[in-house]
Amino acid sequence: MDAFLAQLWIARWPLFDGFLMTIGISVGAIVFGTILGCIVGIQLVFAPLWLRLPFRAYVDIMRGTPLLVLILAAFYIPAVMGLSLSAAQAGTLALGLFAGAHIGELVRGSLQAIPPGQIEAGRSIGLTFPQILANVLLPQALRTSLPPWINTGVELIKGSSLLSMIGVGELLLKSQEVIGRNFMTIQFYVFAGILYLLVNVTLDLLGKSLERRLGARL
Amino acid sequence: MNYTLHFGAVWASFDHLLGGLAIGLALAVAAVAVGTVIGLLSAFASVSRSRLLRGISGTYVLLIRNIPLLVLVLLVYFALPQTGIRLDKYESFIGSLALYAGAYLTEVFRAGLLSVPKGIVEAGRAIGLTRMQTNISVVMPVMLRNSLPSLGNTFIGMFKDSSIAAAIAIPELTFEARKINVDTFRVVETWTVASGLYIAACFTIAALLRMLERRFPKF
Repeated sequence: MDAFLAQLWIARWPLFDGFLMTIGISVGAIVFGTILGCIVGIQLVFAPLWLRLPFRAYVDIMRGTPLLVLILAAFYIPAVMGLSLSAAQAGTLALGLFAGAHIGELVRGSLQAIPPGQIEAGRSIGLTFPQILANVLLPQALRTSLPPWINTGVELIKGSSLLSMIGVGELLLKSQEVIGRNFMTIQFYVFAGILYLLVNVTLDLLGKSLERRLGARL
Repeated sequence: MNYTLHFGAVWASFDHLLGGLAIGLALAVAAVAVGTVIGLLSAFASVSRSRLLRGISGTYVLLIRNIPLLVLVLLVYFALPQTGIRLDKYESFIGSLALYAGAYLTEVFRAGLLSVPKGIVEAGRAIGLTRMQTNISVVMPVMLRNSLPSLGNTFIGMFKDSSIAAAIAIPELTFEARKINVDTFRVVETWTVASGLYIAACFTIAALLRMLERRFPKF
């Protein structure tokens, strides 16, 4: 244990950097994914068929492909298209596109759960569709999607560990580098696991308490 | 954007991709089979009257669901040998994926158990079945049928997660695709085909499951 603590002290800054990278990438991906997901969700419910189909295809492709394949594709494909993205940017892009599809489905589900009578009521008092969306539908839909949205955040933090396979220096890759130096395999993998666990359990508890509080009001 | 598509290089190795797909499916089947046993035990523990059993089941689900699968896979693959347990990479990956699936299946079966009407449990007890017999012949069939849709979704999820086996060099679909990508540099074609295969497999499994659900009416 003392040997582990000594090694942990030596490796504290690389691991801290990796931890920050994990959080930073996950935050970037959830921001990007949320904006994308709101657009996708609204299109999936209200767009005419010709516009809905490409959004449906996007969601199904993202949800049918493993995250690792998306990450590898985002890492290799932009380069041959003449776009140069760093590994971290490519990884954030892949995570964000993945989150966009999942959040899109969440928003679609919550929008469809709102009784259609409310849209008719909005129309009959003279609101335009954007006004109905902004004042009637979205406030309710976003509230019901909040708990599963936090769950998506947990999935993204877990998913960001896959970026170690394209060389992004996040928590898992930094831990592997530390293990490569001191061969304390069990200790440092478990340590990385505990860090992931702490962040995710915090988010999980937050989601559960939100669910309880929102559940009481709905 | 001077990129012309040449799928020839990918078709030349298409049988490798198909072989990889088969390995991925086999890994998922094995993991879900073992995971179902873990999940059933853990689900029964989670609704039992013993606080200890409920605690064990809850801790297991909390731990596994909040740790990335890749960390679990690497830990089992690289760290277990240090404690004297030697597994080959297939055994070790199936073990990790089964542990992972078990946690998700605990919640699936738990929801299934809670959906079993109390009346039929009492009916089972009333005709003289023991608690164990009631669980096996009354609760289990109803619970399994009710959890079939979520069980199917978990299976599809585990099949997608089998791609992580590429990290420990198991030659499944993602590993083969990465090899073709590096060998031929037909980047766009490789990943399009690999992703297409995954999507086709997922949709086929989903369609088969819907057939199965129609075949057995919901209780």
